Parts: sequence; structure tokens; C-alpha cells
Amino acid sequence: MHGLINRSIQNYVCDSYGPSCWAEATQRAGLEFTEFEAMLSYADDLTPRMLDAVCEVLERSRPEVMEDIGTYLVSHPTYEAVRRLLRFGGVNFSDFLHSLDDLPDRAKLALADLDLPNIELREHDEGRFSLICDAPVAGYGHLLMGVLRVMADDYGALVLLDHMGRNDGVETLTIKVVEADYSAGRSFDLGARA
Amino acid sequence: MSEGLEQSDVLDVLCPMHLVLAPTGHILHAGPTIQKLRPETPLTGQRFLEAFVVKRPRTIRSMDDLRRATDIKLHLEFHDAPRTALKGVLVPKPDGRMIVNLSFGISILDGVRDYSLTNADFAATDLAIEMLYLMEAKSAAMEASRRLNLRLQGAKIAAEEQAFTDTLTGLKNRRALNTVLERLVAARKAFAVMHIDLDYFKAVNDTLGHAAGDHVLQVVARAMVEETRRTDMVARVGGDEFTVVLPDVDSDEILRRIGRRIINRLEEPILFEGQTCAISASIGTVWIQGGERLSLEGILADADLALYASKHAGRACQTFYTPALRDPTAADAPAASVAPVGPARSRDS
Repeated sequence: MHGLINRSIQNYVCDSYGPSCWAEATQRAGLEFTEFEAMLSYADDLTPRMLDAVCEVLERSRPEVMEDIGTYLVSHPTYEAVRRLLRFGGVNFSDFLHSLDDLPDRAKLALADLDLPNIELREHDEGRFSLICDAPVAGYGHLLMGVLRVMADDYGALVLLDHMGRNDGVETLTIKVVEADYSAGRSFDLGARA
Repeated sequence: MSEGLEQSDVLDVLCPMHLVLAPTGHILHAGPTIQKLRPETPLTGQRFLEAFVVKRPRTIRSMDDLRRATDIKLHLEFHDAPRTALKGVLVPKPDGRMIVNLSFGISILDGVRDYSLTNADFAATDLAIEMLYLMEAKSAAMEASRRLNLRLQGAKIAAEEQAFTDTLTGLKNRRALNTVLERLVAARKAFAVMHIDLDYFKAVNDTLGHAAGDHVLQVVARAMVEETRRTDMVARVGGDEFTVVLPDVDSDEILRRIGRRIINRLEEPILFEGQTCAISASIGTVWIQGGERLSLEGILADADLALYASKHAGRACQTFYTPALRDPTAADAPAASVAPVGPARSRDS
């Protein structure tokens, strides 16, 4: 697993709950170190082990923690670059949803060894979508839900999201765009320094 | 004319930075994005060569030059500030009019910043947005890599430093000593090597314990660093054995002086938890004049031999290596090179 993903979990726990919580989680997961390097690779089984330990320490369920991580990734100032890069995907929320299909390839453009799970968007009728995602780590759909919630606010769209469960390593979300221009949203300047 | 307008509509979508020029060189129509770069002044009606400067090819001065510059890349900039650089290509039409399509090229980021452009200002097929995305994503990734490199470099320097350092005293260790000596020997430089062995140290360790012994070693290490020159290197190569490498030695008097200072300093009583530890040191010195091909092992063996001579001569003194030391019949005779230090002492080891 790419260090960037493990490092994100670490930053989420440290920024939201403090370094001592994180230290406890790494100990519980049997890690011999506490710092993940964003630009190095780690064994795949480390990530679910780390997440289990984090859930135990925080006494919260995996879906809750995953959605929180998703929220954190696109709203915390440390990760302003992630929000900005996602905003390049589209001029409005629906446009953005369609750009999610390209997300794994876009991520690869920046970091060739970063493998994001495949995502497929299906449009049913006006404003109703399903998002089907591979979830090698259980709860990835919940993480995406956290991301989508913040991005909807970012675009100023009023959106209803539901997680439809996990089947055969695949998680499905339903998305209903109630109102595309519900609020002003956050500004996005193409040329701003990240 | 209606056909012409229709065509402008098409071009506004496909090439929002295009201009339609009249045969006279006046701008008849400007695409919405190129017009957005000059919000105060309509481009339509201006002369193209007055609104823009052709930087390359430099031969283009008039509309006639321009008309002939078809199918080549034009480098342009605005005549007035901000003088944004643009790339362009010109296509003449049968009716004498010309279409010039413009783009930012490499200055895309500045352009987008200077004029607050959005996705909607570029054609849907334009790669400008992808280009901006890549620039931002790559700089973020490069920054993360750069920080990792700095951390790894710091860790590497610390590891190397540790690998060359004796942890108890902070002096260099045998590995560091060999590295430095190999370099000096290979370069056939002039230098000196002092082997220093502590006298009566075993007694301190045996009677006052290892903690006292460690304390003495730390004090001794500090003293040796203070009594040598800044360019000299002091290494701890064994339990109570030290080696000093002294580059740039031009007389044996310097060596005698440094040796004497070290022995005097080490004979100052060292206090440890109310107890006094008394030690001294024996020194064997080799002075290499340089220019000769020598072996590291040979030099260290010579220094050892000189050190044994000092021990043999009653300790607390410095002996310079001479080939005579290799003569076993002369070993018992007091060598001229032995330099006793301080008052005569009678003390058991």
C-alpha cells in the first residue's frame, strides 16, 4: 500500500485525537515504528491492521472512522491540495461526479505507484447516481462518502448520500442531487498557489 | 455576413481565444476568452499589429509579412501591460480575411492567475485544465519527495556520524581512524601518529568500579581533545587505548610538546564521587615525513613498538619510533628518544 494512504490515516488520528492516540494504535497494531513516510511503500496488510487498531482505540466503528477520514482528507488545511485537485474535475457537482471515473488515472499521473481503487459512476435519471467502487480495504465506500459530502458543500450542492452495503469486495453508494445550486459553495481559483 | 457570424459562434466554442482579422489588419471579432484578457478595451476595431507585438519570427513588420506567415508558430505578446506572452497560428481565408488562434503555451499558469480564468474559459477539448492539474499535482508530489529526501539525508548523516563515533567518549572510533589514516597514507602526506595507553587505569576500574572508569575515560577524552590542535584527530581504539593523528607536523618539537601536555594533563587527579582517581599515560609516536610509500599496518606496528618502549622505560613518557627499537639487543638500553615527563614517580601499576 502506498505510504500516502497510511500517512493520511496517521495524520487524521494525530490531528483529530492527538499523537498519543496514534502511538497507542500503532502499538496495538504491532508496528515497530510510529511514523509512516508518505513517499514510501508498505505491505498491504498493514493498512487494515492499522484501521482495526484505530477503531479499537477510538472506540468507533469502521464505517464511522472511514467516513471521518474522507471528510478530513478534503476539509483539513493540510490537505488543501487534495480538495483543489478534485475541484479540477468539474465545474459543478454533477460534472465532478463524472470525473470520479478518471480519479485513479489522474492520481497515477501525479504518483505513478499510487493505485486507487476503481470507481464507476452510473447515472439513473436527472440527479440520481450510483457510485460503485472496488474496496480492497473494507469501508472505502464510507471514505468516499465523507469526501463527497464535503465536495458537495464545496460546490454548494444539496445532496443526499446512502451507503448500500458491501458485496464481494465492492461497495455501492447512491447519490441524489436535490439542488445543484443550493448555496454559494467555496471559491475555487484555477491558478492559485496550492 | 450572417454566415460569417455563424462561423464566429462556432469558433467562440472551439477556439475561445481566436481573432478574425480584416484584410486591412483590423480586428473584426475577438473570441470571449481573448477579450477577457483586456476587459477595459474592446479588441474589435483595433489594428492587430498595434494590439499585439510579434516577437518571432522577427521579420514580421507589416500585414503583408503576416499574411505570408501561415502555418508557422507565431510568438506574440500584448503591446500594453500586462504583456502576457501568447502563441498563435494564422490561417488566411479565401475572402482575404484571416483567423488567428491564440493560446498561453507554457505561460498558462501566469495567464490563469493574472486574468482569473475558469474552466469555462477554455474549450472543453483544451488540455489547459489537465495541464494545470498536472502542474499542481506534480509540485505537491515533488515537495513531499523533497521533504522525504531531506529526512533521509539527515538520517544518513546521523548514521554515518554514529558509525565513526565512540559512544562513551564522543571521540572518533577505530573505523574513523583507519579511514583517515588510509587517506593520509595513500596521499603520501607527512603526519604523525601517537598511540596513547593509560597507566594505572586498570587499578581505577578494579578498586572504584566501572562507573568511575567510564568517568575517567570521558575526562581523559576531553583533555586529549583540548591538549591537541584543532586539525588533530583523537580516536579511542580500545578500552584505555587512544590514537591521535596529527597532520602537518614540521618538527618533532611540536610532537614532544603535545605529548608532554597530554601526560601532564592526565596526571591531574580526577574526582569521582568524592574519590580521587590518579592515572598517567604512556605514548609511542611515529613521525612520517611524507613522500614515502608506507603501509597502514606498518605505521601502527611502529607506534606500538614505541609505546612498549615507553612502558618499558617506566611509563608516563613519550617514545619516538626509530628503527633501533627493532633491535632486541638495544631494547633494554634507555633509548635517547624516550622523553620522561614530570617528576620521577614511584608507583605500582
